[in-house]
Amino acid sequence: MTVILGQLFTGVSIGAVLLLIALGLSLTFGQMNVINMAHGEFIMAGAYTTYVLQKSISGAGISLIVALPVAFLVSGALGALLEWLLIRRLYLRPLDTLLVTWGVSLMLQQLARDIFGAPNVQTRAPDVLTGHITVIGGDDPLTFANSRLFILGLAVTAVVALSLTLRLTPLGRRIRAVVQNRDLAEVSGISTGRVDRTAFFIGSGLAGVAGVALTLVGPIGPTMGTNVIIDAFLVIVVGGIGQLKGSVIVAFVLGALQSVLEYSTTVSVAKVLVLVAIVAFLQWRPQGLYTLRTRSLV
Amino acid sequence: MLEIDTVHVGYHRSLVLHGVSVEVPRNGVAAVLGHNGAGKSTLLRAAVGLLGPQRGSVRLDGEDITRRKPHERVARGMAYVPQGQQVFPQLTTAENLRLVADGRRRGKEATAEALDLFPALRALSGRRAGLLSGGQRQQLSIARALVTEPRILLLDEPTEGIQPSVVAEIEETILALAARGGLSVLLVEQHVGFAMRAAQRYYVLEAGRVTSSGEGGRDAERTVREALSV
Repeated sequence: MTVILGQLFTGVSIGAVLLLIALGLSLTFGQMNVINMAHGEFIMAGAYTTYVLQKSISGAGISLIVALPVAFLVSGALGALLEWLLIRRLYLRPLDTLLVTWGVSLMLQQLARDIFGAPNVQTRAPDVLTGHITVIGGDDPLTFANSRLFILGLAVTAVVALSLTLRLTPLGRRIRAVVQNRDLAEVSGISTGRVDRTAFFIGSGLAGVAGVALTLVGPIGPTMGTNVIIDAFLVIVVGGIGQLKGSVIVAFVLGALQSVLEYSTTVSVAKVLVLVAIVAFLQWRPQGLYTLRTRSLV
Repeated sequence: MLEIDTVHVGYHRSLVLHGVSVEVPRNGVAAVLGHNGAGKSTLLRAAVGLLGPQRGSVRLDGEDITRRKPHERVARGMAYVPQGQQVFPQLTTAENLRLVADGRRRGKEATAEALDLFPALRALSGRRAGLLSGGQRQQLSIARALVTEPRILLLDEPTEGIQPSVVAEIEETILALAARGGLSVLLVEQHVGFAMRAAQRYYVLEAGRVTSSGEGGRDAERTVREALSV
């Protein structure tokens, strides 16, 4: 029983990391249909922001708290700049966007190598996040790592904040309107260019927040974003393009699946089996878990 | 009010409008009629800024707005109801209107006034617009345009593909809007009887050129029908 609960928690924590990584993409890819291959490098920018802040702020706890909004702003600004410089000229040209942003991702990786060096670096987690809580004691204890619980809380907070922003605020309504019918939004008085830039800022900023979270579970390196970006795209595609609810469910299901398969096989075999499961699922439901219901085509 | 002056408009290298000029009188209605493919919708898309003319100009109250973006034209008092009952399908009826009302000084009042014209929409406020019927979507589309409190309203075949009972309601609403003053209308319509009842001025488009134009009204209806039957 303890083993099952332990694996379940590991799955949920893997799902939380996946969700945090995919959340920004759910806006830029899921909502705006932009395949931004540089999204992983915005995660990296968030992680390096944490590293830089820890160098200049003495307390690890304070620097982590400060890093969350600062990484959001740094990665968000990078995203808005990328949108303004390149992506806005490439809307409705997905292959061009993919190639251009892939080039940008390589440049950002090289920039990170030039500034911070090729070897990975590490941040120090605050004391409160280095321990664990014991849920079940005894000979076969069940423990939850504090850092994983923190990431889970961060993922839930980010999902709720993004969901409320999209559903309840004027900005959210404008983003959803531009996604659904760009021309109609423009002739309704909405500056679609400004909305695109704002949405890209938020989506990229969330990648920065994910980068801060990843510093708690692994090293920071120039290619850390590339290693996780494919998983994030998978979460969005399997959940259903533009469906936040689908992304949340799929992130946790994939996390649990990965955890269970890792326990009974190896990490590599588990990864392959998860990918096979995804391919099989998409053969059955190519549109993903959730789709839009509508009577009209527009 | 709105002067579209000798515009040449096309898609890539294929020219659709060849030097078309249309003028909408202040607080009046101008109707553009023509067969499918004559360039009527292209003319409205150029007027609202979704298509840029290769030559010619668009002026609103004397100001040259040819290079202005659509949302900038909306800020200057222009509203557009596109063909095909277009709404934001994933937003609710209420959200479709709030989207436009957000940030406007008289947003709430303008929304209430628009809903007074189409009271059936009040009961549908929580329903996703994509699940509304064609007639309801067209009413919502017109209401959405009216929330901007326009000085000039561009309507692209507002009664096309809608059941007859709702067509009559939409026609009456457009006539009432035009009659109450303070609003000019550029109406693209295939239904000649309604267009000539509403318009003070008409233009017949054929293959991207104005082939006939004149004063509107019942007396001109026969002339227009003859022009269209050629």
